Amino acid sequence: MAKKYRFIGQPTPRKDALSIVTGKAIYINDVKLPNMLIGKVLRSPYPHAIIKEIKVEKAKSLPGVKAVLTYKDVPDWKMGLPPHLRVLDQKVRFVGDAVSLVAAETEEIAQEALDLIEVEYEILPAVFDAEEAIKEGAPQLYDEFPNNILPLGNPWFGSPEAPEGLKELRLGDVEKGFSEADVVVEGTFYYENIANPLPPEPPGAIAYWEDPETVHVWLSSQGFYMDKISLYYIMQRKYNVIVHACQCGGSYGSKGTILPIAIYAIVLAKAAGQPVKLCYTKEEHLTSFTIRLGTRLKGKVGMKKDGTVTAISGNWLVNTGYYSAVTQGQVAVGLGEVQLVIRCENWDLRPKVICTNRDNSSWIRGFGGQELKSVLLPLLYMAMAKLDIDPVEFFKKNVIKNGQGYYWRDGRWWISRVVDFTKTIDKGAEVFGWKEKWKGWLKPTVVNGPKRRGVGVGVHSNADIGEDDAEAFVRIDPDHRVTLYVAVPEQGGGQRSNLCKFVAEVLQIPLENVFLSPPDSDTNPYEFGLVGSRGTYAIGSAVIEAAEDAKRKLFERASKKLGVLPERLETSDGIIYVKDDPKRQITWRRAMGPTYTIWGYGHYEPDYSLCNFMISFVEVEVDTETGKVDLIRVVNATDAGQIIDPLCLENQLNGCLGSAGIDTAIFEETVLDPKIGRILTTNLIDYKWRSFLDLPEIKNVILETPFSSHRFGAVGVGEIATSPGPPAVLMAISNAIGKWINAYPASPWVILEALGKRKEA
Amino acid sequence: MKERKVINLNVNGKSYELLLNKDVFPHHTLAYTLRETLNLTGTKVGCDHGACGACTVLIDGEPILSCLTLTIECDGKTITTIEGLGNPEKGELHPLQESFINHTAFQCGFCTPGIIMSLKALLDRKEAPTEEEIKEALSGHFCRCISHYHVLHAVSDVIKRRVT
Repeated sequence: MAKKYRFIGQPTPRKDALSIVTGKAIYINDVKLPNMLIGKVLRSPYPHAIIKEIKVEKAKSLPGVKAVLTYKDVPDWKMGLPPHLRVLDQKVRFVGDAVSLVAAETEEIAQEALDLIEVEYEILPAVFDAEEAIKEGAPQLYDEFPNNILPLGNPWFGSPEAPEGLKELRLGDVEKGFSEADVVVEGTFYYENIANPLPPEPPGAIAYWEDPETVHVWLSSQGFYMDKISLYYIMQRKYNVIVHACQCGGSYGSKGTILPIAIYAIVLAKAAGQPVKLCYTKEEHLTSFTIRLGTRLKGKVGMKKDGTVTAISGNWLVNTGYYSAVTQGQVAVGLGEVQLVIRCENWDLRPKVICTNRDNSSWIRGFGGQELKSVLLPLLYMAMAKLDIDPVEFFKKNVIKNGQGYYWRDGRWWISRVVDFTKTIDKGAEVFGWKEKWKGWLKPTVVNGPKRRGVGVGVHSNADIGEDDAEAFVRIDPDHRVTLYVAVPEQGGGQRSNLCKFVAEVLQIPLENVFLSPPDSDTNPYEFGLVGSRGTYAIGSAVIEAAEDAKRKLFERASKKLGVLPERLETSDGIIYVKDDPKRQITWRRAMGPTYTIWGYGHYEPDYSLCNFMISFVEVEVDTETGKVDLIRVVNATDAGQIIDPLCLENQLNGCLGSAGIDTAIFEETVLDPKIGRILTTNLIDYKWRSFLDLPEIKNVILETPFSSHRFGAVGVGEIATSPGPPAVLMAISNAIGKWINAYPASPWVILEALGKRKEA
Repeated sequence: MKERKVINLNVNGKSYELLLNKDVFPHHTLAYTLRETLNLTGTKVGCDHGACGACTVLIDGEPILSCLTLTIECDGKTITTIEGLGNPEKGELHPLQESFINHTAFQCGFCTPGIIMSLKALLDRKEAPTEEEIKEALSGHFCRCISHYHVLHAVSDVIKRRVT
């Protein structure tokens, strides 16, 4: 049983709850600055072209237009990994690429100005498929990347042993491994529906130059301190960048790719000499922002009868679209993550990151790992089927155990410190009723006329819960008020509120007395950002340390007035008392004096030995006449160590369906016309999403086995909720219809084809 | 013929006289007027083409998509937005708002004002709608964080309190 705390583990209203339900929460498009202009982007109608001529005079002369920029006017700054994406370029690389930027007094004028820009294009051949793109003679997107292949590695993730981090997964001897296998299976799997995480709020940015050296940027962001650093580097370390975070109207990772929009606003504001707001429309959001990595695996796996995986090899083709924001980093994390759920001594998994003439693929909840496992697990399922292995037993055998090792994103070998995840698997299987429902591979659970039910299971684990540095300050004011300074925005998980609970718990002060500093990069210390599941462990540990440090300083001050050693003191509700003589007490105010503040500081150093885990069981019903799939039931099981807020956690786990999660296996996809390179799903009617009418039953099983290295035993699990589901659904559909499915989404078309009914359809 | 010059709106109990071609242009949507002209930014614009429900407000008690409604169509209408729920002057919340807080019936919160407005219209119309009726009323609301389940708990709690 988890230990009971006063605040931690209790459902408490979120700090921003009142502002959200009254409409007062300020999102990026709600911000207005004096003299603010509206920015707009002219976009390419062609997937690949050279701008031969661009005339902007008419646009510039339109009354109300304050700036029109083309590739000729913008600074030579570069974004992406390695830096290659120009602010504006003479070459356009996808339908929707930025051709020109306009700032005007109103949106209408800006739009009219776009229409007045005359562009003459030289149309180039384009390529959309990753395999086609690396062939000799394929259209080349960037001169610096022959055959459209980007260099692997990410210096941000590097270590002394591997300066560019993990680039591929090579371990042992795969040929030996295959020779030891009872079965060897090969196949090609496709997770190429390039689904859009599609937060309800379109991305946007505002820029305002305070003076020629200092620019303020307002963003809908996940990590505003890192945005500050990234923008500073993009702008060649010449400017002081101050980033202000707004309430983030959903991100699911995607708003980590906000930087180009911020740069557009920055250059427009500089040119116009006025603040500029640039918020994308939903159409731009769907066609010109960011989508999931296109992933194709040509793989081979060897397995023994007892579920031992003897070897895995394969070519992992990653389609990153027209540029890479951090795709090589996603590849590194993906390669790390597969080792946490598949124990194998012989690996040879080689990724290729490939540019094509379509919208950018970038970071989304699941960050490379969801993509890789969605194509690798189905291959393993085929091997399990040949050996008649129950997948639940396979995962129990293969999930990472305490003391086992793996290569992580930094290229180093880490030894895990984890709790026993087989208990999570057992509990999840029990709640789902796996033993009763599992009838064997390619066998339905229930057949009811043309409708067949099948069950499936998938897993995910991430060693990111302790990733990257975090810092925090905690300030105690004399009136029993505490302020937490941490560079964390609120994007929906409730993390800002949850971090306050840590502070309240350490200082034993009512939650109402804990406040948050303004979310901007220059009030708060360094923080990597609310990415992965690092909020609870990495950020939380820095916050807890800051609160402990403040408490220590408070007790030092009180000890002088009480005449006892600080070790003998404890505090509750703003009173400091002697533990063994509670009548001897002093208020914080008296201990501190009325004109004094106490500052505690906490720093967390990264540790990649800690992993979280989640398993998802699903039951689907397939109509074999129409090919329609209904998701009937989902059971997610995880071990959170210690729940911080049950309602927030439950919410995050329910998020398994949306944000390009489970539904990418059923109906979600960005449809790209391969003839013209245009995205056809340009609105929220054509892009399919799950409504209130289609909710499956969801049960979240949350174990609380304390992780001993966290002050309260807690780890983060929120990010991974979307990831175990897609391969689980594919398995369930295969079991329901008795045929393997190797591509996502398993749309009616795909299912009818598998059943040999496509012509009838 | 002389053009009509004023659009009269009653928004959250307050009367506004908006001059045509000055405060309001014929192409202004109600969402635009609320947000940009009246500074009532609690109404969110998600898709701006009537497919996500984020911009839902009440006109004469009925939920409508303010991004698909032209302000000039609203002359003489009574409009309620999220800012007008409960009794803002006294700091009193509508029971739905309270229940949403208690159930954390949101994550990013962007779709929340629209969802609350649709639910208010439903609960004004019906004392105790069934779960199916609630889902039907919310079927046009795009929530991507998947807070649907908590929203349903929050509404059923309000209904439970009403009928007991």
